[in-house]
Amino acid sequence: MRKYIINFIFVLSVIVIIISCQNQQQIDLQNYMSNGKDIYVAKCQNCHGEAGEGLGELAPPLTDSTFLKNNKTRLACIIKNGLNEPITIHGKVYKEKMPAFPELADIDVAQVMVFITNSFGNKQGFVHYNEVSKHLQNCK
Amino acid sequence: MNKITSSIAICLLSVALISSCKQDRKLPFYGERHAEVKKDAAGVDKIDTVYQTIPAWSFLNQDSTLITNTATNGKVYVADFFFTSCTTICPTMHRNLMTVYNEFKANPDVMFLSHTIDFKYDKPSVLKKYAQKLGVDGPKWQFVYGSKDSVYTLAEKSYLVAVGEDSTAKDGYIHQGYLVLIDKDKRIRGAYDGTKQDQVEQLKKDIPLLLAEYKK
Repeated sequence: MRKYIINFIFVLSVIVIIISCQNQQQIDLQNYMSNGKDIYVAKCQNCHGEAGEGLGELAPPLTDSTFLKNNKTRLACIIKNGLNEPITIHGKVYKEKMPAFPELADIDVAQVMVFITNSFGNKQGFVHYNEVSKHLQNCK
Repeated sequence: MNKITSSIAICLLSVALISSCKQDRKLPFYGERHAEVKKDAAGVDKIDTVYQTIPAWSFLNQDSTLITNTATNGKVYVADFFFTSCTTICPTMHRNLMTVYNEFKANPDVMFLSHTIDFKYDKPSVLKKYAQKLGVDGPKWQFVYGSKDSVYTLAEKSYLVAVGEDSTAKDGYIHQGYLVLIDKDKRIRGAYDGTKQDQVEQLKKDIPLLLAEYKK
């Protein structure tokens, strides 16, 4: 009987370890989402809106999933360095300048990027900040 | 049975009292005030309270037309201070003010007046572009440009909103995000933080209250 219980506990703990390993990325995603949201509220929301709806022609919405997908490697650069060229979002051209946010560390950029690309109807999944750091080194 | 009737009566009475109290709610007056002795129609001396008012001003608007305080005659209006290159509180303020604007769009007695504090860059043509991009067209919402001295003095002394240049601030200026409600007699009747949704909702409720004061 005792042996049975010990075996049971052993098997159970192995299963728990496997499940938690599989969910590490899930946990990271949740972390990034919650920290990213805080950064979004503090730095982005005033122009891009609570639901990523943008502001007139002054600030584009963040709901154009196609744009986000096509510019995946460029998003981190835009978040950190701002943008000073016209972009087309949902078929509409936006010409206003976006300010830079040099105070954001790579991890902050990664978290807010993951938040944006997985909110407002977007679903692009997790990007690790190591990868985002690489994107940031290759900014134009 | 008698008990039930009387308790219902008490309930109805208190509801009536509470609702009548609400109807009587009047907006406060802000700023300095002093008492003045005036003679009424019968020639008797009466003490009257005189409240702070917005003095005369004249600025260029987004169409490069000179507009003055007479543009606000007979209107209740909301005034604020901003600048077009502001990336911090102004977008939120104007996003929220936009909802107020849309709600009172059809009311000819309501006006909006945004003053730029960026006297170096925000010339009328820049204001025009900004207004269009925000989605505002027409004279109901005026964006005005004036000298540093005239705008800053008006902001701090008359509208009681702090503004200033600050080289350490991200965009070069600092200012408070108040939306100031002015009545038809140019007195200050409310100040609402334009970055807070609940205060902007309060503004939407207070404008009709203020308009009702003049419907007698």
